[in-house]
Amino acid sequence: MLSKSQARAFFLGGTVVTFLIFIGLTIYSLAPSNDQTNHENITEQVVKGKHIWETNNCMGCHSIMGEGGYYAPELTKVIDRRGEPLIKAILQSPVPWAPNGRKMVAYEMSDEDAEAMIEYLKWIGEIDLNGFDRIVSPLARERMKD
Amino acid sequence: MKYQSQKIAYWFFALCMLLFSLQIVYGFIMGFARIGMDGLHDFIPFNTARAVHTNLLVVWLLAGFMGAAYYIIPEEAQREIVSVKWAYIQLISLAVVGVAAITGYHFNIWEGRKFLEIPRELDYLVVVNVLLFLGLILATLFKSKRQTTTAMVLTMGLVFAALLYLPGMIWFDSQVTDSFFRWWVVHLWVEGVWELIMGGILAFLLIKLTGVDREVIEKWLYVIVGLTFLSGILGTGHHYYYIGVNKIWLVVGGIFSALEPLAFLAMALFAVYMYRKGERNHPNKIALFWTVGASIVSFIGAGLLGFAHTLPQTNLYTHGTLVTAMHGHYAFWGAYVMIVLAIISYAMPNLTGRKRHDNTNGHLAFWLSNIGMLGMVTALGVAGVVQVYLERRLGMDFMVAQEEVKIHFVVMLLCATMFATGIGMYIYEFIKYGRPTDEALKVPAVEEDNKVLVH
Repeated sequence: MLSKSQARAFFLGGTVVTFLIFIGLTIYSLAPSNDQTNHENITEQVVKGKHIWETNNCMGCHSIMGEGGYYAPELTKVIDRRGEPLIKAILQSPVPWAPNGRKMVAYEMSDEDAEAMIEYLKWIGEIDLNGFDRIVSPLARERMKD
Repeated sequence: MKYQSQKIAYWFFALCMLLFSLQIVYGFIMGFARIGMDGLHDFIPFNTARAVHTNLLVVWLLAGFMGAAYYIIPEEAQREIVSVKWAYIQLISLAVVGVAAITGYHFNIWEGRKFLEIPRELDYLVVVNVLLFLGLILATLFKSKRQTTTAMVLTMGLVFAALLYLPGMIWFDSQVTDSFFRWWVVHLWVEGVWELIMGGILAFLLIKLTGVDREVIEKWLYVIVGLTFLSGILGTGHHYYYIGVNKIWLVVGGIFSALEPLAFLAMALFAVYMYRKGERNHPNKIALFWTVGASIVSFIGAGLLGFAHTLPQTNLYTHGTLVTAMHGHYAFWGAYVMIVLAIISYAMPNLTGRKRHDNTNGHLAFWLSNIGMLGMVTALGVAGVVQVYLERRLGMDFMVAQEEVKIHFVVMLLCATMFATGIGMYIYEFIKYGRPTDEALKVPAVEEDNKVLVH
């Protein structure tokens, strides 16, 4: 029968080994040679877009790369689906954009901010998401068929 | 209660009750918004309600864990907490940081990172607060001659929880790297170190409520927390499938997250077996219901419902849908809310000296909240599956699919009303107990009267 000290060794040993493997895999997957994000394309505008995304908690309603609030549409590849002019108009709208009655906050963004947001969303749209991009975007799926 | 300083726990539990009530109010705001009744949009838009709902949960659960520690550690260490005054300062600062953060969310002051919305400036205050708490707990343990496994596991969980908060405070230009390290905090908390805390509280409650020998319970506690880390650490990979990192996580995350239910299964079997092995003569039946209930519901909510969408082939379609919300609600309810309600139910008669631990209200609170939550989770699950089918399989537009699932949110709101009634009754009982008294120090805990000990 298992003794208490053996049980403790199982806990401590298992924790140390799996944590070391986890660190190793983290280093491996974040290595530049394994980059799937086109990291070199992160411009100042993209970083500014991310900052706007965070300071307005867009993730509280929308989702991006499948992460968010599930209350408003997924925005991965949204530029492909809806086009830049519509996205810019929504971001700059003085009244809440409300498709099917569900309201978005009216952010009334400046030209500069709206363009930064578009650059950020464009960068997101180019990331290799291991197949998820084809699931969330009917357009991407159609393109794959072609 | 045995030690004067255990009274600190009461005030942490009172904070839990207050914040839990508020969390439910914001949950209703979100539910009504989903069926088109969003009259509060101008003051509390959905993203505000959501951030408040989830952050209140985190803050009140942490307050519950801290309260549990202030109750358990003196009994395990057989001495008073080193400084009661600093413990109250820590409580007040926790409440102030929590309230400041939540107020800020109503004025667009936040970080907008799911579950970690607290602005960076307040993050530093959280760190100071947690360091103060850990200082008090560790100093109490250090000064004690008695160090038990239960106290050690609980404290390890709290220390690791504090350390893992740090990666979430680093700024990254890349959304992908940001998400990657955000899960170091969120996943490794809820599917890692919080399970250690849960295991520690569960072991303490089982020792007290069943009378089974401490050595037996603590041996199995090591096995359970060992299984938790063995599967949970590499199980983080299930958050990395589709966020723009290497495909290796599809394999590693798939295998290890499929093993995660084992820890919860072990916890459920452990609690039920210890209950059956014990003498079953402890009069605090309500605490026993919450304790055994927590172990079973956490297996279903965190274990089985998590497994239902954790394999990469399934998650490809369910990722970013209401299926995740379904799993999240039942997992948090079973694993963490119920265990905090269990320790409060156990501690209150001992803190106040009043024996309201087997009355109709208490039992009704348990059943109404549990049945209500099961109904909410079922409604969310149906909505999630319909959403996946319409949106991800048929390619329907997001908002068109949302219109189709609206009816399930009406059902969810009805079940949420039953749930809220149950929690209302629990809070009513908490208030009826009154405040802790010094007289309670003279009343021995029930298990000491019974002197039960089963090998």
